[in-house]
Amino acid sequence: MAVGIVSYGAYIPLHRMPRDIFQKAWGGAKMPGERSVCNFDEDSMTMAWEAAADCMRGNDISKVDGLYFATTTTSFLERLGASILATALDLREDIRTMDVTDTLRAGTTAVAAAADAVKAGTAKSILVAAGEHRMAACAGDFEMALGDAAAAVLIGSDKVIATIEGSYHISDEFAGVWRAEGEQFIRAWEDRMVYDKGYSEILEKGIKGLLKKYDLKASDFAKVVYDTTLETRRHAQMAKQLKLADDQVQDPLFDTVGNAGSAHAMMMLVAALEEAKPGDKILWASYSNGVDAFILQVTDQIKKLKERRGVKNHLSVKKLMDNNDRYLRWRKIVPLEKSRRSEQSPVSIANLRRDSKVALALYGVKCKNCGTPQYSQGGSYGYFTPLRVCVDCQAVDQMEPYKFSDKIGKIFTYTEDRLADSNDPPTTVTVVDFVGGGRALFDMTDRGGQEIKVGMEVEMTFRKLFVDRGFHQYFWKTRPIRF
Amino acid sequence: MVGSIKDKVAIIGMGCTQFGELWDKSRVDLIVDAAKEAYEDAGVEQKDIQAAWFGNYYDTTGLTGQALAGPLRLQYIPVTRVENACATASDALRNASYAVAAGIYDLVLVVGAEKIKDQGLSGLAVRNLDTSGLMFSMTMPGMFSMLATRYFDHYNISPEDGKHMLAHVSWKSHKNGVLSPKAHFRREVSMEQIIKAPIIAWPLGLFDCCGVSDGAAAAIIVPAKDAKKYRDDPIYIKAVQMGVAPADGSVSTKYDYLHVESTARAAVAAYKEAGVKKPREEIGMAEVHDCFSITEAVTMEDLQFSKRGGMKEDIESGFFDLDGGLPVQPDGGLKCFGHPIGASGLRMIYEMYKQLQGKADKRQLKNPKLGLTHNLGGQPPHCTIFCGIFGRELG
Repeated sequence: MAVGIVSYGAYIPLHRMPRDIFQKAWGGAKMPGERSVCNFDEDSMTMAWEAAADCMRGNDISKVDGLYFATTTTSFLERLGASILATALDLREDIRTMDVTDTLRAGTTAVAAAADAVKAGTAKSILVAAGEHRMAACAGDFEMALGDAAAAVLIGSDKVIATIEGSYHISDEFAGVWRAEGEQFIRAWEDRMVYDKGYSEILEKGIKGLLKKYDLKASDFAKVVYDTTLETRRHAQMAKQLKLADDQVQDPLFDTVGNAGSAHAMMMLVAALEEAKPGDKILWASYSNGVDAFILQVTDQIKKLKERRGVKNHLSVKKLMDNNDRYLRWRKIVPLEKSRRSEQSPVSIANLRRDSKVALALYGVKCKNCGTPQYSQGGSYGYFTPLRVCVDCQAVDQMEPYKFSDKIGKIFTYTEDRLADSNDPPTTVTVVDFVGGGRALFDMTDRGGQEIKVGMEVEMTFRKLFVDRGFHQYFWKTRPIRF
Repeated sequence: MVGSIKDKVAIIGMGCTQFGELWDKSRVDLIVDAAKEAYEDAGVEQKDIQAAWFGNYYDTTGLTGQALAGPLRLQYIPVTRVENACATASDALRNASYAVAAGIYDLVLVVGAEKIKDQGLSGLAVRNLDTSGLMFSMTMPGMFSMLATRYFDHYNISPEDGKHMLAHVSWKSHKNGVLSPKAHFRREVSMEQIIKAPIIAWPLGLFDCCGVSDGAAAAIIVPAKDAKKYRDDPIYIKAVQMGVAPADGSVSTKYDYLHVESTARAAVAAYKEAGVKKPREEIGMAEVHDCFSITEAVTMEDLQFSKRGGMKEDIESGFFDLDGGLPVQPDGGLKCFGHPIGASGLRMIYEMYKQLQGKADKRQLKNPKLGLTHNLGGQPPHCTIFCGIFGRELG
């Protein structure tokens, strides 16, 4: 049975920070290019949702037997991220879920585990989503070098676009980079030693171990896809170590995205698959606390996979940030003066449990009597309980579930509220009339750069709303259609 | 509806405190001050009160009726707290009126009071225990600005023209407020100041928004047949109607964000109850819920003072100014009084009461026969609306 990648997707936040802005803010050495930056309402979870939704576009979500969420930046240390993600993606309930974490190799490790499960026959397909928003203290290399992004692959045995032909793994406890319990920012040992004894030595060992195990040569591969460090010099040097021709080396996405941690190798693989031709062999390797290395064989099926938003399209639509202050504010690195507005209403777990699909999967209802779709902001300020009485025909208990998350909407009216407490004022709220019916009010995000107008089209996106007593609450917002 | 309140009950006394940021007064002080003025005005004593209704929004003790009985030491009579969004005080009066009309009581007290400025917040506190915070995060100005955005777009009004129209609403009210000794803000503001003020939620600027204030008002209600026993100039209640929206406008695409459906419905019901056929001609003055300039503007159409799409012309021609054909906000409205939620509805009625009695001093209108109050709670897609009509003559 040929097991491999069936579909892929990726996500890069709209906002990019030219690295010279950091240098202007703090001094120190310059670094070329730009990095991607999460909006204030994005994190590894929301980005993983975007990448997974991209991966699943056109695929049947009801056939997915599992979801593995890879990240080193989970919002909860105790509460499964993969289950939140599975609910937001509207996957089945009887699936296996797992968070793969604590290593920047989490993405590839999750893929290996998914492939093994499919190979073993315990699952027909497993979705792997990797998202990362690592936090760097100010005025250092990490701040400039890191990027926020997510990627996803669907692993299965039917309609495989790239089969996994073999893999090789190394485990290594080396503490080149680390972050301990309770710490916000990444720490690292002196970089020359970290690169010499870590990346340059161990990654080479892993890739060469893979080639030896399967009796292949580096020149057998159309593309060799492997992680980068906090710069690109070592990445280029690795190409020499492996004696790769220039056209074999996959662009490390460093000047455009930055190092996206556990999502990075998968981002690079998605970019490689976007250009791959049937018959191509791809070597894919991820480095951190050891190596995961894979041989992929691209099949004819790749021609049938519809274009994804992927890496290429996400790279092309962007908004450049023009100051460091906004970056600090969005990442909540600096304390902000408390607003003298009314406080956020407290979270009720009972309420959220009851309305889990309403809140996390954006399920409303559709009246079987009159056909009107309706999202359940029924009360005076938004009361999230499924409606039982139809807003249009008043039929009682004639409702069937209706999903809004994948519907396009049009702005009927909106506000840009400068009084509301916000990390990114003005708070923009849209009244959205969905194509296919139904109306609801949502905050709008990623609105920068576009003039908001009545009649403008928007799509739904999964975002983090707030944190209340350690509880990260996710919900939906509108955004201008990005593609 | 089979019955009508028209000419069944009368107001024989009213009180209203100074509105404002009353740092030196507690809610208890405000309640006592408003009730005391009402008793004196009616020539009754507290011991004559047979039942009481209390309008208050923010009391969260759950002791409701006691929040009025305690401050006034009302002696073991029935006291009911009414809370119905920003239309709270009006609804307290409506319920009290029905109890008197039913013949159960012949002297009751209604008090509406709110002490907001002790909360230490700008604006109004919003706390929803059943939403888990999963709500769009806009403020009241944001919610109401959506009306303007849609209205401008629909009627093809340029941003400049729209701002000018809205500015006239606030300019007129500020002018009236100068003549209201009990108002929070008593200062004339120029059209230019209003238009150039900082934007809160486009197109609403600082002067398009009402303030937040503390205040209280009170009324004493008796059967109409007894009214003249207490005074020569009682005010008769002609209509007390409410329209409460089924929370539909933010769910159904049928709502147009150009008007407030509950106002239109409550107005129709009130005109029917009072026997008003041509509101624009028959209503002599109105106190409407001008939480924002755009709210007052669209209300002119919903109350049938202006035709659909016609408010701009009427506003800018001065039709609603103090010397216009149908003066609106003769006391300055929420714009100048601010909005102590549980008190505002009674404050509006207080102005109608004084005007109808000819006791409105420098604001006094010439011979007004019928006055209308419009008290709005909620936000444009789903509002709780009170529409009341008051007159000085029976019939």
